[in-house]
Amino acid sequence: MSILVIAEHDNASIVGATLHTVTAAQQMGGDIDLLIAGNGCSVAAQAAAQISGVNRVLLADDISLEGLLAENVANLVVSLAGNYSHVLTAATTFGKNFMPRAAALLDVSQISEISEVISADTFVRPVYAGNAMAKVQSSDSIKLITVRITKFDAVAETGGSATIEAVDAVADSGLSRFVGVSSSESERVELTSAAIVISGGRGMQNGENFHMLESVADKLGAAVGASRAAVDAGFVPNDYQVGQTGKVIAPELYIAVGISGAIQHLAGMKDSKTIVAINKDSEAPIFQVADYGLVADLFVAVPELDKAL
Amino acid sequence: MKVLVGVKRVLDPQVKARVKADKSGIDLTNAKMTMNPFCENAVEEAIRLREAGTVEEVVALSIGAAKSEETLRNALALGADRAILVLTDDVLEPLAIAKIIKAMVEKENPDLVLVGKQAIDDECNQTGQMVSALLGWPQATFASKLEIVDGTAQVTREVDSGLETINVNMPAVISADLRLNEPRYASLPNVMKAKRKPLEKIDISDLGLDTANRMTTLEVMEPPARASGVMVENVAELVEKLRNEAKVI
Ligand SMILES: Cc1cc2nc3c(=O)[nH]c(=O)nc-3n(C[C@H](O)[C@H](O)[C@H](O)COP(=O)(O)OP(=O)(O)OC[C@H]3O[C@@H](n4cnc5c(N)ncnc54)[C@H](O)[C@@H]3O)c2cc1C
Ligand SMILES: Cc1cc2nc3c(=O)[nH]c(=O)nc-3n(C[C@H](O)[C@H](O)[C@H](O)COP(=O)(O)OP(=O)(O)OC[C@H]3O[C@@H](n4cnc5c(N)ncnc54)[C@H](O)[C@@H]3O)c2cc1C
Repeated sequence: MSILVIAEHDNASIVGATLHTVTAAQQMGGDIDLLIAGNGCSVAAQAAAQISGVNRVLLADDISLEGLLAENVANLVVSLAGNYSHVLTAATTFGKNFMPRAAALLDVSQISEISEVISADTFVRPVYAGNAMAKVQSSDSIKLITVRITKFDAVAETGGSATIEAVDAVADSGLSRFVGVSSSESERVELTSAAIVISGGRGMQNGENFHMLESVADKLGAAVGASRAAVDAGFVPNDYQVGQTGKVIAPELYIAVGISGAIQHLAGMKDSKTIVAINKDSEAPIFQVADYGLVADLFVAVPELDKAL
Repeated sequence: MKVLVGVKRVLDPQVKARVKADKSGIDLTNAKMTMNPFCENAVEEAIRLREAGTVEEVVALSIGAAKSEETLRNALALGADRAILVLTDDVLEPLAIAKIIKAMVEKENPDLVLVGKQAIDDECNQTGQMVSALLGWPQATFASKLEIVDGTAQVTREVDSGLETINVNMPAVISADLRLNEPRYASLPNVMKAKRKPLEKIDISDLGLDTANRMTTLEVMEPPARASGVMVENVAELVEKLRNEAKVI
């Protein structure tokens, strides 16, 4: 058995999600190869070779992989998949984009967002916004899997000594073109890797008021997140969204401020180790999952919290 | 231009799913069912393209049991021109659904296939990607903005790092994110009109496709429950507990 993990990187370093995915691969058993695909990504391959538990790094460095368009990445994965029993990637927007495409081309089902490895062919995955866990067994000869990273620890970024081997990229499909990406500039830690997250909801009233949360975040070394209502209202950009359709996170501490606690929001944060809820409505469902609940007006409580830290 | 929109009937998002006592699945007896929210965005976008004159015909497609007709009637009430229901009592995996959608694309020849980015029940987030793979078409997933320019689709996608823009050839498959648009409600007259709009039923066995599932659900379990928490009186007590009890700050 051997396993191919498709890594996520920014050409220079490896995204944390990949380290969690390697752990899931280890639980399936077998040699682990890591694929670094991109345009100008050889430095990332050097970093990948250090990751603990990796056997070989496959490097596909080609102009056709600029922007990592799903068509070209999927074709590359298909060209390599025949050598493996399992192909894994993190269930990030990168992984969710190309992996089902590769699965269909290989005529296999994809097993989405596994949260537990039972054996090499049996996995647990959350369904219905995390309100149920399905244990599924796959009969496909190659298993294409996306991994819910909050459910697996990260392997060490260093300590490994994998070999790096170049592999051929596939020709550009010509079907699509990468135009650009706009990211919200932030000096703060990234939401999915932060140990502490403070999120605001509709109760924040406007984007200006998020500065109160940012101030607390800076003192705690935390990331700032938001509910969908806050994103839809334009208080903060889309990449802040936590939930069923945003990011799924499980920090050590999650502080929900002015968030009611809808099923879809809980789906993205209820695995956090400690949950704090600050809400003026004592009936808000968020209190049902909170370890510490504070019924208070956030415009009083948050500045107080800021001062107390 | 013609658009084919995939719509799925799911448990209403406001309803909390309950696991069956025998762990075989989710109890949907008498549960409130509705159109998958992301499919509402897909339908809305198709209708807006028709209202803008870019598209002439919107065809809604659902694969499922006879009750899925309700979901299709809803799509017709929202403005789809006609509907196709591929009948099956089996719960199919996205790969099988994608093979059926491909067969319907070959029958209907649309210029665009719109689907939701994920269904809120099984949350696979696969179907659109698989349909485009099987057709050899480009894909634009998690779309929050769509513009058709010079026979190509310019799509803004919601990705983990922010917003990404790609440009894809047509025909294409596009999967809708929630911020693509704000779906309308069907008016009563439109609900009445929808009852007379054409709805074609096709039995899955007539398609001659291999739709066998590759996965077996061994059991469906309740998620682990969280231990119940405590209410604190004030910020000072909260900070004290976070420092000394939870030890997280
Ligand atoms: C298919 C689907 C997917 C979804 N995906 C997501 C998702 O990924 N993430 C997500 O978050 N939501 C998602 N939602 C939306 C979700 O259902 C809720 O609508 C949303 O989470 C509500 O956000 P909120 O809690 O900020 O707003 P509200 O529900 O309006 O809650 C605001 C809260 O703020 C409190 N408040 C107001 N003022 C104050 C004050 N001064 N002091 C203290 N408290 C105050 C109120 O008491 C209230 O509890 C999804 C919905 C659907 C249908
Ligand atoms: C607990 C549980 C157990 C299950 N067990 C099994 C099992 O044992 N075997 C099995 O085969 N399945 C099982 N299923 C269900 C099955 O896996 C999914 O319904 C199916 O895989 C479709 O996935 P999805 O809807 O999440 O696809 P997604 O890829 O998330 O759907 C995205 C979009 O594709 C389109 N689409 C999807 N389905 C349809 C449709 N039917 N008609 C029209 N358009 C559609 C819609 O536009 C939708 O928004 C189970 C589901 C659950 C929740």
